[in-house]
Amino acid sequence: MPEPRVITFREALREAMAEEMERDPSIFLMGEEVGHYQGAYKVSEGLLARFGEKRVIDTPIAETGFAGVGIGAAMVGLRPIIEFMTWNFSLTAYDQLVNNAAKLRYMANGQFTLPIVFRGPGGAAHALAAQHSQALESLYAHVPGLKVVMPATPADAKGLLKAAIRDDDPVVFIESEVMYALKGEVPAGEHLVPLGVADVKRRGRDVTIVTWAKMLHTSLKAAEELAQAGIEAEVVDLRTIRPLDTEAIFASVRRTGRCLVVQEGWPFAGVASEIITLVVREAFDDLDAPPERVTSLDVPMPYATNLEALVLPSPDRVVAAVRRLLGREQSPARPAAAGGAR
Amino acid sequence: MDAGLLLDLYRSMALCRRFEEAAAKAYSQGKISGFLHLYIGQEAVAVGAISGAEPTDYIVATYREHAHYLARTGDARAAMAELYGRSTGANGGRGGSMHLFDASKRFLGGWAIVGGHVPIAAGVAFASKYREERDVTLCFFGDGTANMGSFHEGLALAGLWKLPVVFICENNQYAMGTPLYRTMSVPDVAVRARGYPMEFEIVNGDDVLEMRDATRRAVERARKTSQPFFIEAKTYRFRGHSVADPGKYRTKEEVQKWMERDPINVLGQRIQTLGIASAEQLRGLDDEAKAQVADAVEFAEQSPLPEPQSVCEYVYA
Repeated sequence: MPEPRVITFREALREAMAEEMERDPSIFLMGEEVGHYQGAYKVSEGLLARFGEKRVIDTPIAETGFAGVGIGAAMVGLRPIIEFMTWNFSLTAYDQLVNNAAKLRYMANGQFTLPIVFRGPGGAAHALAAQHSQALESLYAHVPGLKVVMPATPADAKGLLKAAIRDDDPVVFIESEVMYALKGEVPAGEHLVPLGVADVKRRGRDVTIVTWAKMLHTSLKAAEELAQAGIEAEVVDLRTIRPLDTEAIFASVRRTGRCLVVQEGWPFAGVASEIITLVVREAFDDLDAPPERVTSLDVPMPYATNLEALVLPSPDRVVAAVRRLLGREQSPARPAAAGGAR
Repeated sequence: MDAGLLLDLYRSMALCRRFEEAAAKAYSQGKISGFLHLYIGQEAVAVGAISGAEPTDYIVATYREHAHYLARTGDARAAMAELYGRSTGANGGRGGSMHLFDASKRFLGGWAIVGGHVPIAAGVAFASKYREERDVTLCFFGDGTANMGSFHEGLALAGLWKLPVVFICENNQYAMGTPLYRTMSVPDVAVRARGYPMEFEIVNGDDVLEMRDATRRAVERARKTSQPFFIEAKTYRFRGHSVADPGKYRTKEEVQKWMERDPINVLGQRIQTLGIASAEQLRGLDDEAKAQVADAVEFAEQSPLPEPQSVCEYVYA
């Protein structure tokens, strides 16, 4: 058992890339500012010095171009890691991911594998406004042929990235600016977390909170607060959005009888909607209440910080949703005589 | 002049022409579905260019790629069965006319979003350079592609990183139904290569030998120096954009003028002038092509449909 050390999320990602690049010379890292600048968010710091310009490749601002180059290189057997400075910029390369990466293997009847990882931060950071604050996993998870991975802890970041690099399919790997400095225990050396396997980050009997990435931390905070009121929430961290670990979700919901999905992105046609559909279909008889979701408000992100805070899911909104699910709303306006709270 | 080579080129172009005529007929009979984009009139570009490369050089092409596939693989059965959507097709019926692939022959598609494959071709060439292999990538596209951002990003990276890729613009004068002069500010697509910077050559795309020679020079130069190159082949498609397009945006006179330089006839005349073969012998070659296509049609029609239970296979590795 390797000895756990405490490192940051950022360092865990870097370690995953470095270990894999050390192991396999067909892996290279390409993107804007990944080399000489040491990474826009310093994830790739030191990798240029270690692996040289052949394998740590700075690109012009040309997402369509370098995403496509990665796909072409992967078609003939290299294993590219393509960094998007943020996933917001990936939209200029959406055609490459959706029309090319996701479909090649199927269109060509299995003649090709496409071992490529597209990675970078996604979601809101802080006051970055409408074009730089988008949680886009629902867009990518919609597309068969792509895998979508979103770690929430440093250990999972390392283990999932290593697994993603070794995977033979195109992987959309979404990190977060605000988690890069997060610290946690991470095993040194070989540490793999298989894709498609969720992880119960907190045990509880009263309600299942299904979440992923940054919203794990929002949900855990809410669970702490709920525990003080005697409500025990189970928090399931999906870690991979596609393929979805449906069994882990159903098993938890069958135990608790209640399901809340907490998702950073917009509500309409989102991952939360998909999960709730599946839960209603597969665990209907075990449900004691209709499943709920907490998501961003259905608006582009405003710049003003007070408005931004209103748009994003918060621990308070998670607590309130759980209370609704349990019929234990805290409603100060409600007269005690009405006997609203159980 | 290599007599065998000229006859091979003639055979290859005749196969492309007869294949597509048969495909159009099958389409009109409702045996082929979807889109069907014919290359008739442009055969010298694909056949000449691909004969100018080594069989180990990579090919990345568009949705108008029957001729490129046939020029590289010679497999009319797999191509026709794919158009018929049969399990014996090049992609087991999953790709169709616009998505032909043969990994074993380094034929890498078959891409149907205009311009999307240009960076991919640069990436294949990137891999050759990364692994210090000597292979060159040929990337085919139409004049309409030169207005897409992906085209420019692909060329920019190929120029910046000195990738061994030969870009071949099949300038058939029309971006679907809109003539070049209404879609581009320059009459020659090739001048756009200058800025990346990339040397270029403008070629008569209806002359298969000129096409072959230009491609050979470009490919060998790319192989030796790892520099991209740009070829613009001036050509013309005799049919509409797809079989659903009657092509009413062009005058009869214009089409007639271009059909007079039908690349197959141009080569046939040369073969006869050089005394390599008689008109009758050329008809014999054409009959062989027709027979191969008839066999391919028969093969496709006899082939089973894809297994319904396979519908979800190959989404993931």
